[in-house]
Amino acid sequence: MENMDDTSGSSFEDMGELHQRLREEEVDADAAAAEEEDGEFLGMKGFKGQLSRQVADQMWQAGKRQASRAFSLYANIDILRPYFDVEPAQVRSRLLESMIPIKMVNFPQKIAGELYGPLMLVFTLVAILLHGMKTSDTIIREGTLMGTAIGTCFGYWLGVSSFIYFLAYLCNAQITMLQMLALLGYGLFGHCIVLFITYNIHLHALFYLFWLLVGGLSTLRMVAVLVSRTVGPTQRLLLCGTLAALHMLFLLYLHFAYHKVVEGILDTLEGPNIPPIQRVPRDIPAVVPAARLPATVLNATAKAVAVTLQSH
Amino acid sequence: MAEAAESPGDPGTASPRPLMRDLKAVGKKFMHVLYPRRSNTLLRDWDLWGPLILCVTLALMLQKGSVDNEKDGGPQFAEVFVIVWFGAVTITLNSKLLGGNISFFQSLCVLGYCILPLTVAMLICRLVLLAEAGPVNFMVRLFVVIVMFAWSVVASTAFLADSQPPNRKVLAVYPVFLFYFIISWMILTFTPE
Repeated sequence: MENMDDTSGSSFEDMGELHQRLREEEVDADAAAAEEEDGEFLGMKGFKGQLSRQVADQMWQAGKRQASRAFSLYANIDILRPYFDVEPAQVRSRLLESMIPIKMVNFPQKIAGELYGPLMLVFTLVAILLHGMKTSDTIIREGTLMGTAIGTCFGYWLGVSSFIYFLAYLCNAQITMLQMLALLGYGLFGHCIVLFITYNIHLHALFYLFWLLVGGLSTLRMVAVLVSRTVGPTQRLLLCGTLAALHMLFLLYLHFAYHKVVEGILDTLEGPNIPPIQRVPRDIPAVVPAARLPATVLNATAKAVAVTLQSH
Repeated sequence: MAEAAESPGDPGTASPRPLMRDLKAVGKKFMHVLYPRRSNTLLRDWDLWGPLILCVTLALMLQKGSVDNEKDGGPQFAEVFVIVWFGAVTITLNSKLLGGNISFFQSLCVLGYCILPLTVAMLICRLVLLAEAGPVNFMVRLFVVIVMFAWSVVASTAFLADSQPPNRKVLAVYPVFLFYFIISWMILTFTPE
């Protein structure tokens, strides 16, 4: 497979067009040569066949041209190349800065629009979550755990970024989607540190201390950046309050509820049907069919509710 | 084709030769991974047979026998397969986006072949797990997995580092480290019946 050209000087649309034109010229030259040979060989009888073949060829070429133009525009990973243009020193300094809130909120603070750091932090969070599963001795199917961990981390990063971007649009804040992704991604650095330490040292008091300190610092940093880019007290309060709440609660969620959710998912998949959110003891008694429930009810929630009612 | 026409009664003349050649190429690459030096062999003649064999072996060994047991400790075949291949694709895309001049399949080839030390670790872990379970058992397995994990990372770095601009090697090596870490984690936490 040939190496990709360096397209860092030109826009990707131009490069797509250029490639397309070169390829078309080659194909046209080949097709013209083939047609000439056919025409000479078959004479008049081959003329009609040649015409229909030409029409079919042209339609095919037109369709192929459109499809490959669309493909070269949107499937070209060069679209993402500028967002990965970083040096290790820059990544290191941005990681450290994500823990330092800046007080200056009078003019917009700069946000680096890159995706390498945030992406690597999300993957690191996935790895730390998986490591935490091992140290907490939860013997579960690692495959399902992997899917849950990846889904949780990427879901938080992409989902909350989109939601805050939507709120920022409503509150007239000056921030782009890329900047929001980068800001929230670097904000996960605090989460990584806290979870890494508290998965190895299981002390609730220590976790609460780190949650406030480290989680708080990274949240303050993001909040300060957003405040500097928003005008109006109500808008600032709405935007920053939402972000702060979601960010701090996510850390709490990862530390406390994650294990229960995963165990609950697996119980729902195989054993007694307990919905993951309810905290019921594991060895629940069987639901008696005569207890005012039709025997065909298999809904997990209904069964758990029936158990709860029975026990009261 | 000429050989088959010359000796029609002998069915195995033409086909084993390319097969043996391919197998020898795969074996040579295994040797290059076990004794990593800065060389171009893995990059020049890339192939995906070796990674496929290793991935299938690893996924089969991480499979558990009984499916209806609650304390099921082994991942399904498909999960391991998907994780290995999508992890390799992600790392390849990342290294291309960072400005590396390695092609897509060359990078997949290198990352796949460098799973060999971890597959050996899986074999050793399975043998060690036949003995009595306990903290010593765990320490032995932990040591083996850590050594093989380091070997994998060093081997893949030896091949991939040259393709990156010199100041960005760390940025390309870090996701490789995470990828092999997750595979090592799967191997270490595997508990059979």
